[in-house]
Amino acid sequence: MEHPLRSLIKVENLPHEFCPGCAIGQVYHWVARAVDELGIDMSKVVLVSGIGCCARGVRFVRCDALTTLHGRAIAFATGIKLANPKLTVIVVTGDGDGSGIGGNHLIHAARRNIELTVVLLNNGVYASTGGQLAPTTPYGAYTSTTPFGNIEDPFDLCRLLEAAGAVYVARWTTYHVRPAIESIKKGIKKNGFSFIEIIGQCPTYLGRYILKLSEPVECIDWFKNKSVRKELAESMSEEELSDKIIVGEFVDKEKIGLVERYRRLTEESVRSDV
Amino acid sequence: MIKPGSYFILGNHACALGAIYAGCRFFAAYPITPQSEIAEEMARLLPKVGGVFIQMEDEISSICATIGASLAGLKAMTATSGPGFSLMQEGIGYAIATETPCVIIDVQRVGPSTGSIFGQQGDVMQARWGTHGGIYEIIALSPSSVQELFDLTIQAFNLSEEYRVPVIMLSDASVGHLRETLIVPEADKIRLVNRRVATCNPEEYKPFEAPMDKSPPMAILGSGYRVYYTGHLHTEEGHPILSLVRYHLADKVWRRLSAKIRSNIDKIVMLETKYLEDAEVIVISYGMSARAALKAVMDAREMGIKAGMLRLVTIWPFHDSLIRDLCASAKSIIVAEVNNGQILYEVKRAVDGDQKVIPLLKLVDTHTPDEILLKIKEVA
Repeated sequence: MEHPLRSLIKVENLPHEFCPGCAIGQVYHWVARAVDELGIDMSKVVLVSGIGCCARGVRFVRCDALTTLHGRAIAFATGIKLANPKLTVIVVTGDGDGSGIGGNHLIHAARRNIELTVVLLNNGVYASTGGQLAPTTPYGAYTSTTPFGNIEDPFDLCRLLEAAGAVYVARWTTYHVRPAIESIKKGIKKNGFSFIEIIGQCPTYLGRYILKLSEPVECIDWFKNKSVRKELAESMSEEELSDKIIVGEFVDKEKIGLVERYRRLTEESVRSDV
Repeated sequence: MIKPGSYFILGNHACALGAIYAGCRFFAAYPITPQSEIAEEMARLLPKVGGVFIQMEDEISSICATIGASLAGLKAMTATSGPGFSLMQEGIGYAIATETPCVIIDVQRVGPSTGSIFGQQGDVMQARWGTHGGIYEIIALSPSSVQELFDLTIQAFNLSEEYRVPVIMLSDASVGHLRETLIVPEADKIRLVNRRVATCNPEEYKPFEAPMDKSPPMAILGSGYRVYYTGHLHTEEGHPILSLVRYHLADKVWRRLSAKIRSNIDKIVMLETKYLEDAEVIVISYGMSARAALKAVMDAREMGIKAGMLRLVTIWPFHDSLIRDLCASAKSIIVAEVNNGQILYEVKRAVDGDQKVIPLLKLVDTHTPDEILLKIKEVA
């Protein structure tokens, strides 16, 4: 029997170079499935990525795709979306790429509310360069550049993006398959900037060195046990939540997007005499 | 939109107008002096012609958005000054590797570092070798007047679309902030070049397959080709090379990035010459300094000195053999430029030690005719 998503995958580009048990395959699977379930023509979808493990996945999805520069995926995507608003532009990025080197573009894209969907796989570590400290690495964690433990606090990306102005913000883990796909679908449908964070396993670095777990599936179990729904978290104390992953939808609002605002500006500028 | 006719206009505004006439419909930039008037004018003009203006959060995102817009089918441009140009270099490399047409206006200013806002011609080598990796060619043009800021901006788009390469306009503060007459021609008198787009069956399309002297037809995003772009070393099919064993598959693609420019050098390079036939002293210059050089050469001729002028309108690619031939009659060559010697060494390399190559280097602003004349008299 053929895999139901086979037509969405560029099988001719296989094999891939991801480690066994990596979350990246899941994330791309969910993005492809979300697009498919929404009935969007794949030839009008552009996947944009930066650099890093997660960025390598775009070339396996049967649509136009770009692997760009480290941290700059959103900037490229901004140009693409403004140039052709009919395209569905989705950025798939990692935590280092999206919130470290690319942090500035992330918050500005949310502020200007450009009609993009960013799916960020957060594995808490720089994986493709060998497991170094990321802006999302937990406090105290041992990585290859924090041999004495991490002395920095990690970003809460969903709170950051909420403050920056995104119209849709959600966080799930790789345990939360269906809610994550539904969130990606919702994000794509939004007429504004949407951000979906997926906490996912890097068995090679996060699992082995930070969480001290030996199997990818143990990572997913760990996510399951540490996750607390946003609604439940509201009744919990800060202490109780200190080592928990709060999941759920954090922002779901309507605000006119940049492309639409620019379209209106264009109409007005033709009439005015500036 | 401005109508055909004669205008008294700022250089940077002429550059923006040229871009609009060239068909530029996307502009992304970050404010920096002495570039800002280009962005301001684009912000005013683009919405009126159905184009897009966006002020990005920095120069890095400006070049990236410009490349994205070009891949999505629009003629796209960004403008900056030296420090911003440095920030754009990685993006320029991506445009070279993915053969994305785009135009970058660099209104050069003093450096290194943030320097100051006075003009300089200090980014000549940065334009040529600024991005990392040693296997590529770009095209760079140098305007000397407000009229040329209009004309060469159009030319920059044409070259960029033809060769699918970033084209850099090495303007500087003294030209960009100059006000003088601009003649805007009738729109149908302006020759425009548009990129060749892919028309074959998507299954047969190889995004980076072309003869060595050409750029391949381009698959615009969303046009059904489901193409993959990467700055990685890639094959003609666009597959990234992740193992050195497969390097040979990218060899031709990467060599073509240079060959498509070098093999068309006679078509690309524009030079302006005056009194070269019997010149014993030749002044080589570009940008604003070339105007002073022309005055100095004319003054020298009146004094009976056989002087000539060679102006580089196209700076890169550097046409070694043509410049050597044009300078054949000269005993000495003065290179007048506003930096610490960048084209100087290109000239030395081109003439290959047969003639004396004398630097006349100024560090800020531009040469005066007298400064150049003094040097001509000294070496004549």
